[in-house]
Amino acid sequence: MTENFEKAIREICSGNADDRTRMIDIVREVQQLFGQISGSAMDIIADAVNSHRVEVESVVSFYSFLSEKPKGKFVIRLCNDVIDKMQGVGKVAKAFQEELGINFGESTPDGKFTLEWTPCIGMCDQAPAALVNDKMMTRLSSDSAREIVKSLKENEDEYRLIHMLGDGNNANPLVNSMVSNNIREKGPVIFAKFEAGKAIHKALSMSPVEVIRDIKTARLRGRGGAGFPTGMKWEFTRGAEGDNKVVICNADEGEPGTFKDRTILTEKPDLMFEGMAIAGYAIGAKTGVLYLRGEYAYLRPFLENVLADRRNKKLLGISILGKTGFDFDIRIQMGAGAYICGEETALISSCEGLRGDPKNRPPFPAQKGYLTLPTSVNNVETFCCVAQILDKGAGWFAEMGSTGSTGTKLLSISGDCTRPGVYELPFGTTVAEMLVKAGAEDAYAVQMGGPSGQLIGEADFHRKICYDDVATGGAVMVFNNDRNPLEIAHEFMEFFCEESCGYCTPCRVGNELLKERLQVIINGKGTPDDLDYLEQLGKTISVASRCGLGQTSANPVLTSLKNFRGDYEKLVKENKDGMQRTFDIHKALATGEDLQGRKSVIYAE
Amino acid sequence: MAKPKIATASLAGCFGCHMSLLDIDDRILKLVELVDFDKSPVDDIKKFTGRIAVGLIEGGCCNEENVHNLQYFRENCDILISLGECAIMGGIPAMRNTIPLKECLDEAYLNGPTVYNPTGKIPGDKELPLILDKVYPCHEVVKMDYHLPGCPPSADLIWQALVALLENKPMDLPYEVIKYD
Repeated sequence: MTENFEKAIREICSGNADDRTRMIDIVREVQQLFGQISGSAMDIIADAVNSHRVEVESVVSFYSFLSEKPKGKFVIRLCNDVIDKMQGVGKVAKAFQEELGINFGESTPDGKFTLEWTPCIGMCDQAPAALVNDKMMTRLSSDSAREIVKSLKENEDEYRLIHMLGDGNNANPLVNSMVSNNIREKGPVIFAKFEAGKAIHKALSMSPVEVIRDIKTARLRGRGGAGFPTGMKWEFTRGAEGDNKVVICNADEGEPGTFKDRTILTEKPDLMFEGMAIAGYAIGAKTGVLYLRGEYAYLRPFLENVLADRRNKKLLGISILGKTGFDFDIRIQMGAGAYICGEETALISSCEGLRGDPKNRPPFPAQKGYLTLPTSVNNVETFCCVAQILDKGAGWFAEMGSTGSTGTKLLSISGDCTRPGVYELPFGTTVAEMLVKAGAEDAYAVQMGGPSGQLIGEADFHRKICYDDVATGGAVMVFNNDRNPLEIAHEFMEFFCEESCGYCTPCRVGNELLKERLQVIINGKGTPDDLDYLEQLGKTISVASRCGLGQTSANPVLTSLKNFRGDYEKLVKENKDGMQRTFDIHKALATGEDLQGRKSVIYAE
Repeated sequence: MAKPKIATASLAGCFGCHMSLLDIDDRILKLVELVDFDKSPVDDIKKFTGRIAVGLIEGGCCNEENVHNLQYFRENCDILISLGECAIMGGIPAMRNTIPLKECLDEAYLNGPTVYNPTGKIPGDKELPLILDKVYPCHEVVKMDYHLPGCPPSADLIWQALVALLENKPMDLPYEVIKYD
């Protein structure tokens, strides 16, 4: 047994070339095989890849899909983001608990099931949703939850849970998923017709510098949310010292409420991979990495197949399309459940087989990125735009959208609306126009750009969706009049507290303090001073945090405070006598009274 | 015009902050010209004699008497200041906050290696204030207007703060006064 155990783990390591930078792949495989990465497994891995136990352990303890303690054969991860809660995840959770006889965070005694909460898994348009091992279960109800458990107990096979397949490639045998695309509006860029190889063919007829010039002429900006000009990023990377360069595609869409990349990965992978190859050509890179979030593991076999197909067509590999000297290939790096890995430097850490800790900047990834090589990290959607720009021309692209924000933007809309799903709209569309399309005319509050974006109200609905006005990475969550902006902000703060990597104090501690004080206000015990406190603390966290997570984590509080101040003011009361309403002397004394065997005289009830 | 009144209290503290207050040396004579000392361990006045301009609180709240005293100060003081680490954050006494109260008391009165306690009971005499579940910093119990950090805050910091408040001037805070290492 022990010998076999060691042999199996050493085989996994050697399957990954005993390469410590592939640690995430190694531990993922061990987790899958044994349902845990035990201490002795870590020792063996450390020895095999010439690393240290603590290095393996730091990875295992960081990612939520990895665990040192044994997990059940079937791990059910129920999504608890704000949209799932609105769609009734509570009842589903109760059904799972009752059927399995365990609470969240526990495993059944027979080792068959583990029940866990997980943040957004990219299915807000078909919530409530859960992952059963790698399988996506969508549109759950308490009944379907009970059926899932029943079927798993009977058949012990998660593949038999899929009865109805989704539309488009979701029904492809390699995907075999019940997920629906919910593509509601197709635009001229992402969801337009595209012939694989055409764009790269055109790119190869130009020099790399001309390709970058085209991207600059199209004024393409990064689609992940920050909106950095793509051409400029490529130019920096191209100009950086070193012959080996890297292109990374960020498909770690973990921002709650975002699911746009899911539809690209399902329906337009060729477009995305073509964009990556063009980037490789323009920058002078040989290596491409698609960083796929762990939650989307169900898409991996399909994507590997697309890559194999492209290799056959000479669209990847050595001398692409016969061009001597242009060698470029792409590997898929799986994530393992960590929101922070969507931040580009944390993503690079993760690709290198480390904890998803952000890195210090400078040096920027364009100078020293993946394995210290100059690296360009771009969003899935950005690469799609690149391919279309090369195919249809920079002028064609630049004519769409608004001056500062050219082209179209994918928006994933969910929440209180009748038509949730993915919309490809030209930049410059107003929030109000978007709401009409989504069937959300009675929206009270709209979270633009996910928790790290902004919560806006009716006064801002006339504003335009673009980088210079209402910027968004694509997540749009709609809330109607029954929802309380403070509670929405509180939900998001809980998310950030959970996902903070803990490296820097402003983020690790500050977000907890923000959340605490917000709860005080929600409980009706706040004072007007607390609003100033939230504002000051929020600004401190934004300014003093080390990476993008902390720099934006206070946004739910800051923007709801700005745009829904009335909702806050309704709840706070002036503290005239100076006594804190949050302090309960009777509660504070209860244990002491018990232990000291008498009741308080000063504070007799 | 009557001089403004100052009051001080030491709650769950070590009196170190009061020592630091006395460290203002001969400036105490100037202070006496500026203010009257009211309820304070310095002069042993037990009850407030009128409205207080500035109350200085040393220490956090570890028992009911601390809470009661602090609330009494809040009712009677225009400005209330947390003086020093314990008042601001609970300080050394708050080290027990990570341990359940029962474990603390059991160790102190029942199970500790040097304990001699034939009654086998945790003291509960009515002369002893009841202990709180944890040590609270002052601002969690009542609203505190200012915080003077330090363990203890230096005499100069206390002096600067009092004079600034009494003369209604901005506080002069040279780097040395708020530097702690």
